[in-house]
Order: sequence, then structure tokens, then C-alpha cells
Amino acid sequence: MIVVKNLYKSFGEGDKKIVVLDDFHAQFERGKITSIIGGSGSGKSTILKLLIGAYQADAGEIIVDGEDMTKLGNDGLNEVRKKFGIMFQSGALFNSLTVEENVALPLREHTDLNDSTIRIMVKMKLEMVGLRGAEHLKPAQLSGGMIKRIALARAIALDPKIVFYDEPSAGLDPISIGVIDKLIMDLSRKMWITSIVVTHEIPSAMRISDKIIMLFKGKIIADGSPEELENSSDPRVVQFIKGDPDGPIPFSKSQVDYGEELKQMKM
Amino acid sequence: MKSLIGYIGQKGFQSRDAAFDLFREISGLYYLTRATLYCTFVEPLRGKPNKWGPVWTQMEEVGVKSTGIVFLISFLIGVILAFQSAYQMSRLGALDYVGALVGVAVIRELGPLMTALVMAGRVGASFTAEMGTMKVSDEILALETMALNPVKFLITPRFLALLIMLPCLTIMADLMGVLGGYVVGTTTLGIDSAPYINHSLEAMKVTDIVTGLIKSVVFAVIIVMVGSYLAFIIEGGAEKVGENTRSSVVISMVLIIIADLLFTSLFYFIT
Repeated sequence: MIVVKNLYKSFGEGDKKIVVLDDFHAQFERGKITSIIGGSGSGKSTILKLLIGAYQADAGEIIVDGEDMTKLGNDGLNEVRKKFGIMFQSGALFNSLTVEENVALPLREHTDLNDSTIRIMVKMKLEMVGLRGAEHLKPAQLSGGMIKRIALARAIALDPKIVFYDEPSAGLDPISIGVIDKLIMDLSRKMWITSIVVTHEIPSAMRISDKIIMLFKGKIIADGSPEELENSSDPRVVQFIKGDPDGPIPFSKSQVDYGEELKQMKM
Repeated sequence: MKSLIGYIGQKGFQSRDAAFDLFREISGLYYLTRATLYCTFVEPLRGKPNKWGPVWTQMEEVGVKSTGIVFLISFLIGVILAFQSAYQMSRLGALDYVGALVGVAVIRELGPLMTALVMAGRVGASFTAEMGTMKVSDEILALETMALNPVKFLITPRFLALLIMLPCLTIMADLMGVLGGYVVGTTTLGIDSAPYINHSLEAMKVTDIVTGLIKSVVFAVIIVMVGSYLAFIIEGGAEKVGENTRSSVVISMVLIIIADLLFTSLFYFIT
């Protein structure tokens, strides 16, 4: 279980300071799937990187099983990280290693299991993601969907208690999305894993989540079950869920008025 | 007048910023080197032994596969030196001493230096490009989040491999350079074999070879640390990988020459 309290994060200094995360708080419970949704630039990935300890928070607490991660040193952080499995958006598989070596890496480095046991465990994990038989391929020979599934196999290699998914279904075909969604649900329901999914695939988030947190410009604007979000009256939530081009969430990122900017351009 | 003061002030601030940047890079390089030395030599004593599998792979990659180019270049350097010195020596009527000159020049200076420069280009560049790409594609972040130390996992094998292989390559470069001089000296230049060898052996000392090896160890540290540091600081994409790979080769080469100068002057005063 992870409890996050009053988390702040900003980048840059002085005039260029951008607050990416403003008073984020959440509770990620065991055996539950929590999705964090929001448009690009809303701070989703920043939360993920804060939770896995890749960024240092400006203020706030991240309590994992009673330990505050923000106050731990490097060794303590590594101990906490052994409970984590992380599926990166790009997969982040090691290109110099084969699929089998990639999945086996956490087992080889963190356990004293012998080689044949590791091979059996790797085969089990690959069967779970439906890619048994791909052991000897290199990541460069795999398709995008296969890379994500191998990344998932690697993330769960050590049977972690907490799994983070960074855009697990972005850029996949519908069947692969279905497979990954089912895997995420199975893992959290059957193995009692805390799942944290960062995504902007609304149908998939609605299907799998027990709780959805919606971010807008670094602030939480909605927090509740999929049904609650669907029935929300907040126009920003409604727009995001329906995918309306017009609404309170601006599409254009620029701060300057378009007409003014055109007038000031010289011929 | 006012604008002049403004201009000087602006330049002053700019150079202050540049100096800060330089110091930041130097301290970054220092901390990474310290972490690498700790991971490579101290941690194994505290119950975290080094894995030798990746070291063997890297030794083959950086050492065995570099022998061809190192042999070729040092042999040709020997040949060139023999030709160049023969022209001057023959005017003094001391053609027999070509062997001594080639031998001393190669084992004292050109063997270690040329090997290190070739390796900075061949190996340093590939370190930066490979690890830089890993940094860009989040592989290094993945290592960290798997509670694996990227320094121990990536730099230590390369560090150990080059630390062992660069002195080995230097010895072979020394041999090839001397051989190159001998081949040209005894054939094209028509020096008799016996006086060539005698004069060479008289001139070359074991300490010369040893100092060359000490230098090559320092060069190995420079190549690995500069290559790794410039890979680890990459943020962004392919453009930055290319840029830092180029800087890696340039900075290693400059640092190698500076280190060579320091060591040569040190040995000059000691011996």
C-alpha cells in the first residue's frame, strides 16, 4: 500500500519555474487498480517518476508500507525498489540482451536461484504474457506490442507487491490492449498486487480501474470510481472522457493570442 | 562609456557562468570516477563480488578486436620513424643508431600514446554512443528502478576490461613498432642485423617499458571515465548522443596528451 501526501514538484528556477505537481495526494491500496489519467503535460509521468524515486519531490511524503521514501538514502531506496515492478512506456528492454536474458536479469541479480530454476521461471512469465517461444529474440526483432508484453514479463519477474504501468496500452492493437488489461486485472485480483496505471486510454482505464484519479495542470480535479467519473458534472472531466475537441481544456499550448502573434510577424 | 562597462560586465558574467559549468563537469567526472573505483575495488571486499562474465565480453570487445588496428598503426609508426631518422642519421654517419632511436621513441612514448589515442577513438566513442543510447531509451532508469547500480552494472566491466587490456595492447604495440623499424632498417636502409639489434638493446631500458605501462593504465582510466560520464549526462535524443560521442573522443584525446606530458615530465625529473 502506498500513501502519498501533499506532494509538490516543480522544474526550472526563477521566471522559468513551472509547477508540475501541486498538492497531489492519493492512497493506492493492495489488490486494487488505480489509474491516473490526464492530458499530456498534466503531470502523470512526473507522479510515476516520483513514486519510483527517479525524481526528488520538492515537498510531501510517499509512504510505502510504512516507510517514507522521500527520506530514504540510496540503500534504503534500493530496498524499497525491490518491491516494485515497473513497465515503462517504451519498454526500456536492454537491447544487447535477448528476451530471456532481459526477463531473467532481475532474478539473476537479486536472487540466488540456479540457472535452470531461472529458466523455468522465465518461461512461466513469458507464458503469462503469451510470448513463450520468443526467448532467443533480441528486442530489435520484436514489434511494439511484443516489447510491451516482454516489459510486463520483466516487471513481474520478481513477483513484486507493487507494479507501475506507464501507458501500458498506448499504441497497441485492440486485442493486445485486451490481453494487457486482463493481465493487469488478473495480477491485482489473484496475486493481490497494488497496481498503478498511468494512461490516457479512457475505455481501458474505465474497464480495469477500481479508482481513477484525473489530473489537470498538476492538480487533482477528479478522484473516484469509474462510475463516479462517468457521472461527473465537472465539464473538464466530461470533455476528457468523451474526447471533445471543444471545452474548458484548451488544445493549444501557446500562451499568446494567435491573432496578435500573426500581426506581429514581419513580412 | 556606459555600454562599454555593460559589455565588460556581460562578458564577465558569461565567463563566470562558463567557469561554473566547467567546474560542475569536473566535479561530476570526479564523483563518477570515485563511484566507479568504489564499485570496482571496494564493494567486492564487502561481499558484493564482481561478475566476470561481462568483463570477459568487454575484454574481447575492447581488447582482442582492437589488436588489428593497433598492430597496423604501431608497425607503420616504426617504419616511418626508421625512414625519418635514417635521413638525419646518415648525414652524421650514424646509420647503425636508427634502431636505438626507433626503439626508445616507440617504447617510451609512441607505443603507449598511439595505442591510447586509437583506443580513445575506437572504444571511448563506442562507450559513449552505447551507454548514451541506453540513457536516452530509459534503460539506465530501468536499471536504477530494478535496484541495480548502473555504475556497477555498466561501467565496472568496461573499466576492468580496459584497465587490463590497454597495457597488454601497449606491450604489443611496442613490439610491433620495434619490429617495423627493424624490418625497414635491415632491408631498405641496408643496416646489418647484428649492430641494429645491439644498439637497440643498449638504448632501451626496462624502466622505459614500465613507465609506458604506468601511463597506459592512466590513459585507460581517462578513456573509460570520460566516455561513461559523457554518456550518463545525456538528456534528450539522438542529436545529443552524437554530440557527446564526439566530445568524448576529443576530450579523452586532449586529456591523454596532457596526462602524457605530466607523466613524462615527472619521470624526467625522477629518473
